[in-house]
Amino acid sequence: MAPSSVKLQELIRLIRTAKTQAEERAIIQKECADIRSSFREEDPSFRCRNVAKLLYMHMLGYPAHFGQMECLKLIASPRFSDKRVGYLGAMLLLDERQDASLLITNSIKNDMNHNSQYVQGLALCTLGCMGSSEMCRDLATEVERLLKTSNSYIKKKAALSAVHVVRKVPELIELYIPAAESLLGGKNHGVLHSAVVLITEMCVRNPEATCKFKKVVPELVQIMKNLIMSGYSPEHNVGGISDPFLQVQMLCLMRILGQNDDEVSEAMNDILAQVATNTDTSKNAGNAILYETVLTIMDIRSESGLRVLAVNILGRFLLNSDKNIRYIAMTSLLKMVQTDHNAVQRHRGTIVDCLKDTDASVKRRALDLTFALINGHNIRSMIKELLQFLDHCPAELRSDCASGIFLAAEKYAPSKRWHIDTILRVLTTAGSYVRDETVPNLIQLITNTSELYAYTVHKLYQAVLADISQQPLVQVAAWCIGEYGEFLLSGTCEEEKTVKVTEDDMLDVLEMILQSHMSSPATRGYALTSLMKLSTRISDNVDRIRKIVSIYGSCIDVELQQRAIEYNTLFKKYDHMRVAVLERMPVIEKNSQVCSDKSTKVLNDENKPFSLSKPNQTEVKIQNAANQQTVDLLDLIGISDPSSTPVVQNNQEKMVGGELLDLLGGINFGAIPSITAYNKNGLTVEFFFEKVGNNELSIQLKAKNATAKDMKEFILQAAVPKNIQIHLQAPSGSVLPALCSGCVSQTILISNPNKVSLKMRLRLSYSIEGSTVQDICEVNNFPPQTWQ
Amino acid sequence: MMRFMLLFSRQGKLRLQKWYVSIGDKEKKKITREMTQIVLGRKPQTCNFIDWKDLKIVYKRYASLYFCCAMEGQDNELLTLELMHRYVELLDNYFGNVCELDIIFNFEKAYFILDEFLMGGEIQETSKLSVSKSIEESDMLQETLEEYMSKPAF
Repeated sequence: MAPSSVKLQELIRLIRTAKTQAEERAIIQKECADIRSSFREEDPSFRCRNVAKLLYMHMLGYPAHFGQMECLKLIASPRFSDKRVGYLGAMLLLDERQDASLLITNSIKNDMNHNSQYVQGLALCTLGCMGSSEMCRDLATEVERLLKTSNSYIKKKAALSAVHVVRKVPELIELYIPAAESLLGGKNHGVLHSAVVLITEMCVRNPEATCKFKKVVPELVQIMKNLIMSGYSPEHNVGGISDPFLQVQMLCLMRILGQNDDEVSEAMNDILAQVATNTDTSKNAGNAILYETVLTIMDIRSESGLRVLAVNILGRFLLNSDKNIRYIAMTSLLKMVQTDHNAVQRHRGTIVDCLKDTDASVKRRALDLTFALINGHNIRSMIKELLQFLDHCPAELRSDCASGIFLAAEKYAPSKRWHIDTILRVLTTAGSYVRDETVPNLIQLITNTSELYAYTVHKLYQAVLADISQQPLVQVAAWCIGEYGEFLLSGTCEEEKTVKVTEDDMLDVLEMILQSHMSSPATRGYALTSLMKLSTRISDNVDRIRKIVSIYGSCIDVELQQRAIEYNTLFKKYDHMRVAVLERMPVIEKNSQVCSDKSTKVLNDENKPFSLSKPNQTEVKIQNAANQQTVDLLDLIGISDPSSTPVVQNNQEKMVGGELLDLLGGINFGAIPSITAYNKNGLTVEFFFEKVGNNELSIQLKAKNATAKDMKEFILQAAVPKNIQIHLQAPSGSVLPALCSGCVSQTILISNPNKVSLKMRLRLSYSIEGSTVQDICEVNNFPPQTWQ
Repeated sequence: MMRFMLLFSRQGKLRLQKWYVSIGDKEKKKITREMTQIVLGRKPQTCNFIDWKDLKIVYKRYASLYFCCAMEGQDNELLTLELMHRYVELLDNYFGNVCELDIIFNFEKAYFILDEFLMGGEIQETSKLSVSKSIEESDMLQETLEEYMSKPAF
């Protein structure tokens, strides 16, 4: 005789008394053992209770697979209690992945034809929840038959089973179309609702079905009308609204039927307008209907009046005290901001106010929407709001907010000054959250705005004095101080209160940045380089810089150490012509203004190669400054070679420094024939080629002077088409002795990954017998091997 | 369509799980854990909707139980709130002033009621009366009453 079995509720009580996980496990293990032996004995009397207990333990997370077959037996039992628990077990323990699930197909089929509608219901429910495609195929016709029964209880369940069948086996849609249509004729809300769900599912999966069902639109409209107009129906009433579930479902179907169809959309216009205006908004149910209505109006071909009505509903939602409603209003507005931009613009004020909402999701959506609504007209006020928002916004939104502001500012900035101000404001507020590329972008922007150098450097200086923790800000500030330090010294700045900054002040700041534990290694690099640049722009404290640089020669950070040592070398070996590049740096002192421009030029060189021929081309940003000092353009190149700074700038801009190193492996004059790039007035420049790697080309140029007099201050500049990168290394010298008794050689490195045909524009300048000669030429005769 | 519904206590103990999609057991456990963490971690003033993967999670707390539904992208969140409320009303109708303990000790009844209200992730019956009636009549067909002795009679 089986041991007396613990009742379900008794077991639950017992398990709950367990004080530890281990105790619970012990109880459950014992019970499982009892259940297992009871199963083995095939005793039907306690099977139902045992499976129920098993299901409880399964919910706690314990394995219950050994109960699967018992579920099958329960389902096959004639008793209703057994079937009830058996089917529940099937839905909880079996899913279509298990082979055992197929075994219940027969039972389901039998039960679908049972006398009792409740048994039929159990079978349909189980099929509709966990039926596999095979089971669905097997039972599809049974379901279809039941769709036509007069029993509404069964009809509605059959309809939802059909939904599941259609989801699993879309080819069977055809089977259900006739029956589905007729389902709409009844009065029973359950049947109506299920029918609408079924039709919706079929239309979503099969556009042909959509066509077939367009003809039920008048019927749908009528049903909606009845729902809205009819009197109070207590059993379907929710907060004074008649069956919001059915209303929403029908609106959803109308949306699908009306998409891209003017005629059908037209037929729905009236009812949609009615629902939109008459629905009571005091309860959530009403708002749910309104929400669905808005979605439908926006998705079909509704007339503009209706669309405006919909956007206004959303606008009202934004003011609702219920945060859920504000949330969905935001989400919907975000979806329609592209298509109905003007309508959404009208609610801009409310949307911007939502930036102050307490709910984080609403805030996020408000932010996205705000960015979508910025245009040339409202840029100033919008950015003002956004900057205020940035001050207190939650950390997870800062990065997006900052980037968004940058993007918008770039697109719509009303003036350069405003642009720089805005960026500075973002850097001071949320500096640590901006993306990496902001720093070079901002530097580029600043260099482009030559009229504001003084203003910019003053502002940056002040900002950095206040706070040196925000790395991007500090990096930009350090760079600007290095480049435009002279403006700080001269104290000229019309906009701001002029503050006299001494050299010591500037160096103090840079040193502070260098030494601060808050500075990242990259920031330190910037500071060190700026210090170095200042050595040519200031007059009194060069020694101080020297000292700092030499200290950092033994810095643990390898990058800083390298820079410091290089700069140190610059300081020490200045009389070594071979190291002319670095040697020149001290001389930059004399023309500080020019040098700042020059490094800008190289900066732009890195970013986009420009054409030297037309001084006014916008690409040639340098020309803005150059126009003021055209003579200096030549001097600028003359003083120090353009290639000198790549060593420095490369590090800053994190550009192709690596490639530079790669290319420093020997020069073999290989198979590519050399060319004469220039030959005029006794000056010849020859190019010798060597391919390095797949896309890199090394050009060794040799310049010779065949005239009777020496050519001094010889400088060569080169520019290449877009998509090609060019680096000029240091020339061996700048004097071309007469009668070819010597030459100047220089290496040009070309990177051409797109294999664009190689062309080059050269600008040469030199002085001979006291007068300066300049010339520009194009080199078009590169052999194909150089770029193919 | 609803993908799943979970009921769990404030301590994260699962009280009911209904899955309308075919997912392996391990995956179900993982999702349940994640849901519990996310929902229990929500601050009090936030709205009842969460974006999770490609689904919308709608949750609401009733006394000591969290009701958590995962809806698909095109579903109406506000209506889901109504749906959850309707389910609570049905439970309340059945158990009379339903509390968490009722659902713990009569979990299978909670499932039966749910299966009369929803099916395949969709609403099956919009009339409270109809659902209650179906449950009553089904209960009458029960041959064994001993399991259900503690259920309040209506």
